[in-house]
Amino acid sequence: MQYFSEISQCISILNLNPGIMDVEILSRLQFAFTIAFHYIYPPITIGLGLIMVTMEGIYLRTGNKIYENMVKFWTRIFALTFGIGVATGIVMEFEFGTNWAAYSRYVGDVFGSALAAEGIFAFALESGFLGVLLFGWNKISSRVHFIATIGVFLGSMFSAVWIVVANSWQQTPAGYHIVGEGLNARAEITDFWAMVFNPSSVDRLLHVWFGAFLAGAFLVISVHAYYLLKDRYVELSQKALKIALIVATIAAFAQLIIGHQSADGVAVNQPAKLAAFEGHYPEDAPGDLYLIGWVNEEKQEVRGIKLPGGLSFLVDWNFTTPIKGLNAFPEDARPGAVNAIFQFYHLMVAIGLLLIAITLYGTVQWWRGKIFSQRWFLWLLVPAVLLPQISNQVGWFAAEMGRQPWVVYGHLRTADALSESVTASNVLFSLIFFTLIYALLLLLYLYLMDKKIKMGPYDESEIRDRLRLKDIAAQFENK
Amino acid sequence: MQTFLGIDYPTWWFLVVGALFSGYAILDGFDLGAGAWHLFFRDDKSRRIALNAVGPVWDGNEVWLVIGGGALFAGFPEAYATLFSAMYIPFILFLGFLIFRAVSIEFRGKEPMKWWRNLWDVSYSISSAMLALLLGVVLGNVLIGMSMDENFVYTGHWLEFLNPYALAVGLMSLALFMVHGAIYLTMKTEGVLFKKVYRLLWRAILVFVGMFIIVTIISIISFPHLTDRFKENPVLLVIPLLAFLSIANVPRLASKGKFTRSFIFSAMSISFLLILVAVELYPVILLDRGADPGNDLDIFLAASSDKALGIMLTITAIGLPLVIAYTVFVYRTFWGKVKLDESSY
Repeated sequence: MQYFSEISQCISILNLNPGIMDVEILSRLQFAFTIAFHYIYPPITIGLGLIMVTMEGIYLRTGNKIYENMVKFWTRIFALTFGIGVATGIVMEFEFGTNWAAYSRYVGDVFGSALAAEGIFAFALESGFLGVLLFGWNKISSRVHFIATIGVFLGSMFSAVWIVVANSWQQTPAGYHIVGEGLNARAEITDFWAMVFNPSSVDRLLHVWFGAFLAGAFLVISVHAYYLLKDRYVELSQKALKIALIVATIAAFAQLIIGHQSADGVAVNQPAKLAAFEGHYPEDAPGDLYLIGWVNEEKQEVRGIKLPGGLSFLVDWNFTTPIKGLNAFPEDARPGAVNAIFQFYHLMVAIGLLLIAITLYGTVQWWRGKIFSQRWFLWLLVPAVLLPQISNQVGWFAAEMGRQPWVVYGHLRTADALSESVTASNVLFSLIFFTLIYALLLLLYLYLMDKKIKMGPYDESEIRDRLRLKDIAAQFENK
Repeated sequence: MQTFLGIDYPTWWFLVVGALFSGYAILDGFDLGAGAWHLFFRDDKSRRIALNAVGPVWDGNEVWLVIGGGALFAGFPEAYATLFSAMYIPFILFLGFLIFRAVSIEFRGKEPMKWWRNLWDVSYSISSAMLALLLGVVLGNVLIGMSMDENFVYTGHWLEFLNPYALAVGLMSLALFMVHGAIYLTMKTEGVLFKKVYRLLWRAILVFVGMFIIVTIISIISFPHLTDRFKENPVLLVIPLLAFLSIANVPRLASKGKFTRSFIFSAMSISFLLILVAVELYPVILLDRGADPGNDLDIFLAASSDKALGIMLTITAIGLPLVIAYTVFVYRTFWGKVKLDESSY
């Protein structure tokens, strides 16, 4: 034992002084960082999955080579994104045990079934078929290949189901009871379907799915807009862009309804979170709806452009209905960092509206037959890939920060959910370690994306022909 | 306590987790093993073939880790929480190497420069070896136990995972995976590379047998609790015997050129060794070996409620046959020797 404590002393001298940083802050930072980084990738795979199924379906129906090249190209991007999603996803699962042991003990019984279903029904399906999807083009018939594509897409959709169910249970627990007391209290499942269909899971699942469709569709839109601007793969890009634009337009409008639905649910189930979204403090007064604003948390007031009574109207169709504000909750049972939550929430909504504007404009121009001649619009579409990404991220920030100080709403505090035996210097080490590795990983992703996009949706048989011609030419010269 | 076929639910789930971990060890075992050999191959073409032998499947193999970890969390949350927080650093390193390895596989073929490929070859090979080693180190620690309080919270030092016994088990696992990986590569290669792999296989078997003997000796001398079960019930000695016979069959069949069968036997020896571990531990998952022992965490204390286990067992009964069916389908699709084409790494 002497040996261990000496080594650890040496290590703690090398470390920054962890005294000011406690385990809770470091663990929350690490989880937030690793989950935010992870969540760049799964939405892309879900959205791309839908678009790939559409493309391959059209290919099977029409036999048009162009769709085959298109779907092969996007399959390569899908595989890359999926790979990084898996690698960063394993980190999330392990972190439950490594950093949040008390949480794992508390929720294990309830999450167990959701996790088991996720692993067996969703994840295995997705990754099992991915190999076939990628490497099986020449080994199986195109019909079987199409089934594999659908398998991968459904797998990614199911994954989202179980993960969102688990998270929604943390927001609005249902179908459980608490056994034991104090440190030994645990949630135990009593009703599987009540747990699965807890009050927020359906709304939130739809919100996540359509957010993912937007992420995937805008990636396709962005890349093909870029090709069109560079005059490459023109015919293919026009076709692909149209497919993605249809998906994006439907999803953008759907989000308006689903998002509203979801906020209504928050009003009923997590009033403190709703109050934080709009910076609404008074215990019992009509709530305002802000377009933009800034929350002064000390003075408990918001400055900005608002629709007076708008929040009340959205919740109850009546501008004067009183809404429970933050002051209706004890200090230790309501979220802090209200301004940050306010900003994240409003940024999400603003981007959602912007996406509707962009897709609507695109569709109208397509209908008028002018979409591909408006270069400024194509230029706008290239960076627009970032919009759904940002919106997905900040939406989750608002949802998770709005649940604080609880990790399981009303039952388990985040501060009580940590691993009892893990030290601050260990977490500091892992946080730095993950930061470095993820920087490398992001670099890899961007580098490979860039390479694949520059290579483009090439025609494999054409390349083979060209190589053969080169060979023949070389032989000819040798003679 | 509810039972099915006379066996209680926690025991059923113990078997499920065991089966998933065996599945993971067998599947990721060969691709980690093949990765550990990578630097032994000298020229670029050999390395590409070796890499592409695992190319279509390594990602799918890691899925078993996700599912196995999820199953442990779901069925035995108490054990999951204690083990993962106690083994904080090894698990964080494990995650790091897992990512490094994936990065290396993807990066390697993307640029033609020699230094570039060498760099990623080295990092691919070292991460593969380290992953095999770390898995063994964690297993070694589970075998000898750790100090815990009455709430099963780990009370030991965070560096205790680096003990000689766990390191020995780590090296043994590495050697075993390298045997397994070499056998896999013999099925996937031809010509000069095949001959090279075949020579390496023999060396790996010798190292593994050596490590196995060392670990057995330390177990008997220093950790007598590991052999209690066999003293009580000598019939159980058939398990280590079967493990040894399977291992012995690997070179026997390989020397006859029956590599597929040889691979099946090396997979079986991995299974038997894990069954051996399960028998040594059951019903305990984490043994308390602190100054004030007696807080052993067994599967009944660690298990989720019967209600939860019942749901999970139903899900598994429906889902597992499906998973096995399409895993078989995927492997059949890619059966045979590696041919590099435009979709290769």
